[in-house]
Amino acid sequence: MATYNLNINGKSMEVDADPSTPLLWVLRDHLNLVGTKYGCGIAQCGACTIHLGNTATRSCMLPVSSVGNQEITTIEGLSENGDHPVQQAWLEVDVPQCGYCQAGQIMSAAALLKSNPNPTDADIEGAMNGNICRCGTYVRIKKAIKLAASSSSEA
Amino acid sequence: MQKRQNTAFTRRQFFRSTALAGGGLVLGVSWMASCGNPGEVAPGPGEADWVELNGYIKITPDGRITIISPNPEGGQNVKTSMPMIVAEELDADWASVTVEQAPLNTELYTRQFIGGSQALRQGWEPLRRAGAAVRAMLIEAAAADWGVPAGEIRTSGGRLLHEASGREAGYGDFATAAASLPVPESALLKAPTEFRLIGTSRKNVDGRAIVTGKPLFGIDVAREGMLIAMVVHPPAFGMQLDAVNEESIRDMPGIRGVFPVKVYPDDYTWQYFDTCSFNEVAAIVGETTWEVMQARNALEVNWSKAPAKKVVRDRFGTEQTLEMPAGLESTGQQDAQIANLPGNEIREQRRDGDPEAAFRDAARVISRDYTAPFLAHNCMEPMNFFAHVTENKAELAGPLQKPEYTEKTVSARLGIPLENIDIQITRLGGGYGRRSYAHWLVEAAVISKEVGAPVKLVYTREDDMTSGIYRPRYKATYRAALDARNRLTGFHVNAGGIPESPLYANRFPAGAVANYLAEDWEIPSNITVGSFRAPRSNFMAPAEQSFLDELAEAMGKDPIELRLELLEQAQANPAGQDNDYDPARYAGVLELVRDKSGWGQEEPGIYRGVSAYFCHNTYVAQVLDLKMVDGRPNVERVYCAVDCGIVVNPDAARNLVEGGVVDAIGNAFYGELTLADGKPEQANFDAYRMIRMAEAPKEIHVHFVQNGIDPTGLGEPSFPPTFAALANALYRATGRRFYSQPFMKSLSLKA
Repeated sequence: MATYNLNINGKSMEVDADPSTPLLWVLRDHLNLVGTKYGCGIAQCGACTIHLGNTATRSCMLPVSSVGNQEITTIEGLSENGDHPVQQAWLEVDVPQCGYCQAGQIMSAAALLKSNPNPTDADIEGAMNGNICRCGTYVRIKKAIKLAASSSSEA
Repeated sequence: MQKRQNTAFTRRQFFRSTALAGGGLVLGVSWMASCGNPGEVAPGPGEADWVELNGYIKITPDGRITIISPNPEGGQNVKTSMPMIVAEELDADWASVTVEQAPLNTELYTRQFIGGSQALRQGWEPLRRAGAAVRAMLIEAAAADWGVPAGEIRTSGGRLLHEASGREAGYGDFATAAASLPVPESALLKAPTEFRLIGTSRKNVDGRAIVTGKPLFGIDVAREGMLIAMVVHPPAFGMQLDAVNEESIRDMPGIRGVFPVKVYPDDYTWQYFDTCSFNEVAAIVGETTWEVMQARNALEVNWSKAPAKKVVRDRFGTEQTLEMPAGLESTGQQDAQIANLPGNEIREQRRDGDPEAAFRDAARVISRDYTAPFLAHNCMEPMNFFAHVTENKAELAGPLQKPEYTEKTVSARLGIPLENIDIQITRLGGGYGRRSYAHWLVEAAVISKEVGAPVKLVYTREDDMTSGIYRPRYKATYRAALDARNRLTGFHVNAGGIPESPLYANRFPAGAVANYLAEDWEIPSNITVGSFRAPRSNFMAPAEQSFLDELAEAMGKDPIELRLELLEQAQANPAGQDNDYDPARYAGVLELVRDKSGWGQEEPGIYRGVSAYFCHNTYVAQVLDLKMVDGRPNVERVYCAVDCGIVVNPDAARNLVEGGVVDAIGNAFYGELTLADGKPEQANFDAYRMIRMAEAPKEIHVHFVQNGIDPTGLGEPSFPPTFAALANALYRATGRRFYSQPFMKSLSLKA
């Protein structure tokens, strides 16, 4: 066990955990931030996507000991009131079916738009390639990302 | 304009719903309880002023309306669309409606499960009646207070209006008075032309909670003192647990218990959804998920080969015996079993005319084989359940498709009476049939009882993918007899599976061909199988609709034209009995997709495939447009024509159809679970290929037939035909037919 001071969603949070513990389980089990989902545990499905700094990162294979004082953003901290342009676009397009993968999809999409405010279809497909949706909502996810991009550029 | 119709519903039917509520099964103040002795039911905090008018509806004096959604929500959007039906007949203002998920209470709600795309079809009448009854009671209460005839009071947007006197009130003003009135003998249901809410698109009521990461799912459940549990199951089908070396992990950090768990007793009769691959597993209980995962990797377990066994299963009242042979099965060995199937194992299921004579006299016989592998469901939320079991009480919470059945299983396994078992249904992170089965819930309950603490059992992805309940392995042979004038004179389907048959003997083209034969077979296996999105149809549609495409070509006909001719034959002069489809509605979706897709207009570089299927009471026809880019097939767009009767929530319905199409393209291209010596060769998404965004169609166009017929479901029907639309488009693109799923494997083998 070791103690870590993590910078999560703009707050400092202290946890006692084994250094090998993936950030995913620190968030879910230690901090009760369960919006970040477990899907595969091997960084193949994207359900656990968070932001490390500005980069979309799979938290299921990220040991808590490697995080240091980097800024962590989870779906709970993406916006104060759930009104991030990507979240709004998701609601407008009514993307989710079962909804389980969507937090990860939204985090990947938000990181993409931060680095590339006007992505092409190929940019979107590349950035979202790591996020699986078994319900098959990909067509709407792409539409929502484009909507978020256009609404952000108008703002 | 059509007026509301006084559609029959009997008082007795309503009493069946509400009188039991009065028995105290419902939290809050039920209508019957408030009628009898309201003081006896203590309202919860903040609920003192809620009046529950029946199992579905609560109205506060200040006009807030809560509609209880009866069925589990797994992405089909029933939590939005079912309450919309209630709100329509209630004439509520949708913006002021809150939706709550109902607890399991089948006496109150009936048929609380996800399966067979039946929620909307079977909920349609009861939900409408619930709304209409409460509306009638509110009118009655207002009429009495205002001293005007009830027939003169109109409702709109949650308000009561009497034009002659100019009186107006909100529903909340009369909620309490209405609660003291008798449930009406009958009430007026709207004519479809009067619908204001049904047929308009409403957003997912859980949308905001989903996009902000709220704890909606079973895996998110957390309770004071809760421990985390995992199980370790045998590494291969055909193996069993011998011994668990508890000492190997007992001292690892956070570990609170290690022990074997027997899922069912030895002589237990399975209920239909009790399918379980491994009846004994090792359980590990600890404080955090990561600690349990670490211990899981270190745990020493001895396994041995399991003997052959027979399992008795209750198939909704009929006992059946499942043969589960011993042995470590492999995919190649199963291929050989199918190839060497003895003729006497084949069962005739339907015969019309003289099929043998038709084939004997044929100028030409076309015969084609189709195969498909086992598929894993791969719900994105791995199997999990919360359980807190004490001496004579069980509290359970999690994602489950058929809680009604599972409740009985838990009761039998724990020896706890049904009334002491409480199952709370969380949102399902995908179901697709997998969550109809619930052995993991039983495991969670047994583990909780053993450790004497609340536990959440979580399967790893590997546990989830390698523990069985797959879509069966299938093979079908289709044969067609053509006479010298190239007319179809005989049709023969022979289909089977490991371990279950996919055949639907009475489906199209049965009824359209005078000489018809349908046969099937099954090969026992110790690999467990279960419902998978559009069970059996998910194989029969691909095979049948690919065969019809090839047949049309052989007959020199347009593939849509051939289908329409056969349907016309089935309509005008049906062969045989019990044909399981309406030829006119079937033809209707084909004609609609032909028009909407501009069928027959060639676009250079675009290869088109068509397919149509009827299952789960809904008709779907599709045209799929494919483009080859650097030798790889890209699906450009898919046109879907759908006849599911009245569409309650159009945009949500389109979403579901789109999802079925994308899921089918993924499974058709990539889906496959293979076995080597009983061990699944794919255990996680590195080896089990799922469709990803770039492989989804760029556009999906969904068109609904407008016919005012009572609605049918959409969770499954768009899935099966897509496989064949894709296969038929691939043929046009490559000149080769695709007989074996997954198609990508065939494509790379042939390339």
